Amino acid sequence: MPLGTLQFTIDGITVQTQEGQSLIAACDAAGLYIPRLCYHPDLRPAGNCRVCTCRIDGHQAAACVTPVRDGMVVENDTPQLNADRLALIEMMFVEGNHPCPYCVASGDCELQALGYRLGMTAPVYPFFWPRHEIDASHPDIFLDRERCIACSRCIEASRMPDGKSVFSYEGRGIAMHLHVDGWGGLGATQMAAIDKAAHVCPVACIVIRRDGYRIPNGQRRFDKTPIGTDIEARRKAPPS
Amino acid sequence: MTRPRLATCSLTGCFGCHMSLLDIDERLLDLADLVELDRSPFDDKKRFDRPVDIGFIEGGCSNTHNVHVLRQFRTHCRTLVSVGACALYGGVPAMRNVVTLRACLEEAYQNGPTVTCGGHIPDDPELPLLLDRVYPAHDIVRIDHFLPGCPPSADAIWETLRALLTGQAPDLPYPLLKYE
Ligand code: SF4
Ligand code: SF4
Ligand code: SF4
Ligand code: FES
Repeated sequence: MPLGTLQFTIDGITVQTQEGQSLIAACDAAGLYIPRLCYHPDLRPAGNCRVCTCRIDGHQAAACVTPVRDGMVVENDTPQLNADRLALIEMMFVEGNHPCPYCVASGDCELQALGYRLGMTAPVYPFFWPRHEIDASHPDIFLDRERCIACSRCIEASRMPDGKSVFSYEGRGIAMHLHVDGWGGLGATQMAAIDKAAHVCPVACIVIRRDGYRIPNGQRRFDKTPIGTDIEARRKAPPS
Repeated sequence: MTRPRLATCSLTGCFGCHMSLLDIDERLLDLADLVELDRSPFDDKKRFDRPVDIGFIEGGCSNTHNVHVLRQFRTHCRTLVSVGACALYGGVPAMRNVVTLRACLEEAYQNGPTVTCGGHIPDDPELPLLLDRVYPAHDIVRIDHFLPGCPPSADAIWETLRALLTGQAPDLPYPLLKYE
C-alpha cells in the first residue's frame, strides 16, 4: 500500500482510502452509501442530524465527522442502525410541517427521499404543528421555515463559498430556528439566487421562485430511484 | 366458503382515496370475488352488525362524529389500515392546525374576503362539534398499517389489499411508496 493509504472494513467490505478522509467521504468514493441528511459534499460537515451514525469499533459515531483510521471496523447497514435513522427522520417530520402532497419539493426532497429509502409509511410521533413566519421579501427566493430541519447547510454555504453570512440560528433547543441577518427579511440581505446557499437546502425551506414546477412531479430526482443510488452506482461501475 | 369482509369510511377526507380504490379498474372484479363489502359508502351500509376483517380509513378526525365512527371501526375490524395523507396526519384539512379553531371559523364565516353580509358561525345542535385541530387516525385508535399518498395510487391500494388478504404485512415496492 502506498504511504498514507489506510484500510478499513464496512459491513465486511474492505475499503482503501487516503489519510485525512472522513468515513462518509471515503465510503462515497468507494460506492458505499451511508444514509445522511445534513452532510453535503461541498461543505464543511457539521454533524447535526446524526442520520449517518454508524457503529465504529463498537461505538456509535456520526460518519460525516469521523476521520478514517487504519483497521477500523464499521457497521452501517444494520436493522438497528436503520431503525434509529428512521426514528430520526420521523422526528423531523413531526417537528416541522411537512405536507408532501402540496409541497414544491416533493420528489426532489432529501428528507422525503430518506423516508422512502428507510421505508417510512407514516410518522407516528405526535405532531408539533409549529408556526413560523414565511419570508417572501426576496424577489427570487422564498423562505418557508416550517420545512426547515436545521441542517445548517445554508449557514455554512453562506459563510464559506458565498462569503456573506446571511443565515444563522436564533433561539435554543426546540425553539431554535433559522435567522436571517438584518431587519428587513431575506430581501434586505445580499442573498442572490445564484448563491451556493440558495441551492443546498435538502428540503423546501429555501426555494427559488418561478422554478418549482419546471420538472413535473413523477420525473424528479427521487421519484424513480432511491436516494444514494448515484453513490452506489460508483461501486457497480467496472474499473476503468 | 365465507370471504373476508372489508369495510371503508371517509372521515375528514375528500373521497379521493375511495376514488383511487375504484381506480383499480378491472381488478375490482377480482376484489369482488375476494372480499365481501361490509359497512362502506359504496354500498351505503351504515352500521356494523358483524365482525369485519379489514377496515379502510380515509380522512383524519376533525370533529366528534369522525371520532365516533373511527372508534366503531376499531371495535369491529380486526385490521385497520390508515389510508392517505388525511388519515396519516390530517392532510389538507390540517392546514387549520397552525391557527386556533376560533381564528379559523372567524376567517371562514365572518372576516374572510368572500364573506359579504355579516356571517354567522354555524352552531346548529345537529352539527358535530369541531375538535381543536385535525388529528391523525392513529392519535385516536390503534392503527395496524399505514398507506401514504394523496391519494395512494390504485396499484398501491391493490398491493396493500392483496398483501392483507393473503396474510402478509404490506411492504410496498419503491415506486409505489409515495407521500404525495
Ligand atoms: S420539504 Fe420534503 S418532507 Fe417536507 S413537505 Fe416538502 S417534500 Fe415533504
Ligand atoms: S433552511 Fe434548509 S439548508 Fe438551511 S438549515 Fe434549514 S433545512 Fe438546512
Ligand atoms: S389523502 Fe388526498 S385523496 Fe385521500 S382523502 Fe385526503 S385529500 Fe383526498
Ligand atoms: S450527515 Fe452526519 S450528522 Fe448529519
